[in-house]
Amino acid sequence: MSAKDTSTAIELLTFRLADQEYSLDIMSVREIRGWTKTTPLPHAPDFMRGVINLRGTVLPVMDLAQRLGLPPREQSERSVIIVIKHEEELTGLLVDAVSDIVTLTQDDLQPPPDTSTGKDANVVQALTFIEERMIRILDLSATVETLQSAAA
Amino acid sequence: MTDAPDPMAEIKASFFIECDELLEALQDGLQIIENGDDDAETINIVFRAVHSIKGGAGAFGLEGLVRFAHRFETVLDGVRSGTMSVTPDLLALFFSCGDHLADLVRISRDEEDLPTAVTDGLLKRLNEFCDDEEEDEAKEEPEIEFAPMGISLDLDLTAEVPEAEAPAELPDLPDLPDLPDLPDIDSLPDPSETGKVERDFVITFTPQADLFDTGNEPATLLRNLQDLGTATVECRCNELPKLASLTPEVPHLTWVVELSTIAEQSEIASIFEFVEGLCKLDIVRGSPGKKTAKAEIVPEVEAVEATIPDPVKTPAEVKTPAPTPEPAPAPAAAKPPAPSAEKKPAAAKSGAGGAPAANAVVRVDLERIERLVNLVGELVINQAMLSQSLENSGLSPHSNAMNGLEEFQRLTRDIQDSVMMIRAQPVKSLFQRMSRIVREASGAVGKDVRLHTEGEGTEVDKTVIERLADPLTHMIRNAVDHGLEMSETRVANGKPSQGRVNLTAAHRSGRVVIEVSDDGAGINRPKVLEIAVNKGLVPPDAQLSETEIDNLLFMPGFSTAEVVSDLSGRGVGMDVVRTSIQALGGRITITSDPGKGTVFSISLPLTLAVLDGMVVHVADETLVLPLNLVVETLTLTDAEVEAVRPGVQVVLVRGSYVPLFDLGAALGYRDPIKSHNGAVALIIAHEDGSKFALVIDNIQDQRQVVIKGLDDHCYRAPGIAAATILGDGQIALILDPSDIIANAQSSQPTEKGIPA
Repeated sequence: MSAKDTSTAIELLTFRLADQEYSLDIMSVREIRGWTKTTPLPHAPDFMRGVINLRGTVLPVMDLAQRLGLPPREQSERSVIIVIKHEEELTGLLVDAVSDIVTLTQDDLQPPPDTSTGKDANVVQALTFIEERMIRILDLSATVETLQSAAA
Repeated sequence: MTDAPDPMAEIKASFFIECDELLEALQDGLQIIENGDDDAETINIVFRAVHSIKGGAGAFGLEGLVRFAHRFETVLDGVRSGTMSVTPDLLALFFSCGDHLADLVRISRDEEDLPTAVTDGLLKRLNEFCDDEEEDEAKEEPEIEFAPMGISLDLDLTAEVPEAEAPAELPDLPDLPDLPDLPDIDSLPDPSETGKVERDFVITFTPQADLFDTGNEPATLLRNLQDLGTATVECRCNELPKLASLTPEVPHLTWVVELSTIAEQSEIASIFEFVEGLCKLDIVRGSPGKKTAKAEIVPEVEAVEATIPDPVKTPAEVKTPAPTPEPAPAPAAAKPPAPSAEKKPAAAKSGAGGAPAANAVVRVDLERIERLVNLVGELVINQAMLSQSLENSGLSPHSNAMNGLEEFQRLTRDIQDSVMMIRAQPVKSLFQRMSRIVREASGAVGKDVRLHTEGEGTEVDKTVIERLADPLTHMIRNAVDHGLEMSETRVANGKPSQGRVNLTAAHRSGRVVIEVSDDGAGINRPKVLEIAVNKGLVPPDAQLSETEIDNLLFMPGFSTAEVVSDLSGRGVGMDVVRTSIQALGGRITITSDPGKGTVFSISLPLTLAVLDGMVVHVADETLVLPLNLVVETLTLTDAEVEAVRPGVQVVLVRGSYVPLFDLGAALGYRDPIKSHNGAVALIIAHEDGSKFALVIDNIQDQRQVVIKGLDDHCYRAPGIAAATILGDGQIALILDPSDIIANAQSSQPTEKGIPA
């Protein structure tokens, strides 16, 4: 993303996760679905909630809160599954609620402070502020792809 | 597919597809020759296959391919023209050349480097067979040298093709149309005179609307016919409707012409050359007196036509027009039934001349078929959902809705079967590859081996065929390398010196059974046992039955050959074969008769897209097990379950102890259950005949489920083969019981027992 023209507008889908605000590039979002019961996969890591039927295809769903090391949440009425497409693969992300769509430019984004360590180090690729609230922008490749190594 | 913008790439792709077909025909032909039925037509087929590949390759500038095919073709031509006879040596060379040609085609397609050394070796051997054609060779040599230099030479090559080959090629084409004439010629007093003898033809000609649309004129055609000889033209207007219902644009008339002429049938056909496909045409030899025969022709032709309109095949029936149509003079003096718009018979508006196409084949992109298969899968799931909700709605089972649903279910099942059939392909291509493996393998170990195939037409899912290639190759090599004895040993044992490997395929009770057998020495059981003991695969004091010893071959890390040969014996043999067969949902069994040979039998499901499953409940989850693995179900009581040691339990089934696994615990869904009272156990059969029991909560149903692949990109769950969607829209996992057990065993290290 850093390669892009800094003035290019980007649209972000913001959502709530354990009382924090996160966002995703809206271009990778395919659809948003209400919470449905997942079929758990045996011996899967905790954050893998299982699979659901997405119009005939089997969609793996991960609990984003657990994936990011946040406290696990009970599913509520407002819990939704954001279906994202990353490198031709569909994945469902379970979040507490979606809130808004915001339009920003690259200038509005700040790199996160480089204090993180460990495997989840680069999950947040940038930060931004909207009305004094901090919004974390997720790096999808780090979120989805490290799954394989985490699961292995 | 990515090169869509390049039109050449597309043409080239279809050329390679054709090549595959031609190579198949080539192999077929060689096989027939090997079986001793080398009539002229078979050699022609082989020749034409090579020739067509060469021609296409020339057009795409694939010099390596052209060069090799040309030489190959020259030798074949020698055989065809009778200057050479097919010796076993030559045939073996043809087979190698066929294989190499296939390699070259593949290499050209993948744009890899040409294996020049192999090509040159084979060319040299080919040259030995055609040294009487030095001239030809001399002409060729310079080209070979120049070939790498590129495009200008390329032209040279292609230019050379028609020039040098034209005489060889042309007789080919007229061959075809001439063939049907042969019986007639026999009946004639002097075949050489046929051109001069006056013969009778009955020509039935029914123009279709397209004929007029394209500006053709039946009267001219009829006049041209008349020029050939004495013609009697009769117009049939019985198809003509009443004036009120007449559509002027639709022709309704048929003309029957009785023609006495000295002209060849092809000359007659050439008159109609330009209206081919625009009319129904039938040219029959016969005397004008045979009115009855003639009357039959019309309905017959129409019936055939309605079924398959295939303009491409038309020439076969209409007889190929002469290569050079004679300019037809157009004098008057005809009896012109002017085709004015008023009189038009109601011929069916099918677009083609009468031609029963032998094998109408449509090439369809695999992706489209996949899509169709997926959609049908959706349909099946939706139908299940619908029936579930109708059942829940409390409708009477005799209500119209329920009856309609039943019909719907039947239709769905039929559609599903038909769609699966689209994916089915005969195993022939696979078997042909195997005959090559046998040739190469027998050559490498110096044994004389002949492959016999049977059931080549048996159809199996395309994916199954693709994924069978590796295991079959392995098994065939094993049969040649380990199974068969050396020729001397065979003769000493009173067997024919030539070894025999059989490869058969057949449908048996909803599955496909493929057998690889040899007439070799059979499994040397004492030796197998000894090796297994030496390698620590079985304890030294183990008492094993014959079947158990045979099955040791499937154990990982087992290899019997004393000498590790190039071919096999790297110790990655049969266990890999078994794994890949199991991955296809198949089973492999082995039977051996010492001194007589060994039979490996593979049983496979017809399709990979649906599965007969048992739907079970475990720890509030719904799971599906492949039905064919479940051999028995029983309800447990605590009394039947014995603990061998902590965590390892067995259950007494018909007098033998079977290891017991709690499925819920094995999948990590719950802690191991304390009491087995009332729990259900499924007895699962391993491929090797051993059994184990899986404890579940209850059995829900038994039904066909559509297999949905699980995306591995997130997480690969052990013990799970795939998933399916149940009637309520929920996903259920399809289990791979053997995998589950393997995992359960590795997590609680126990020795793998071989229960009797």
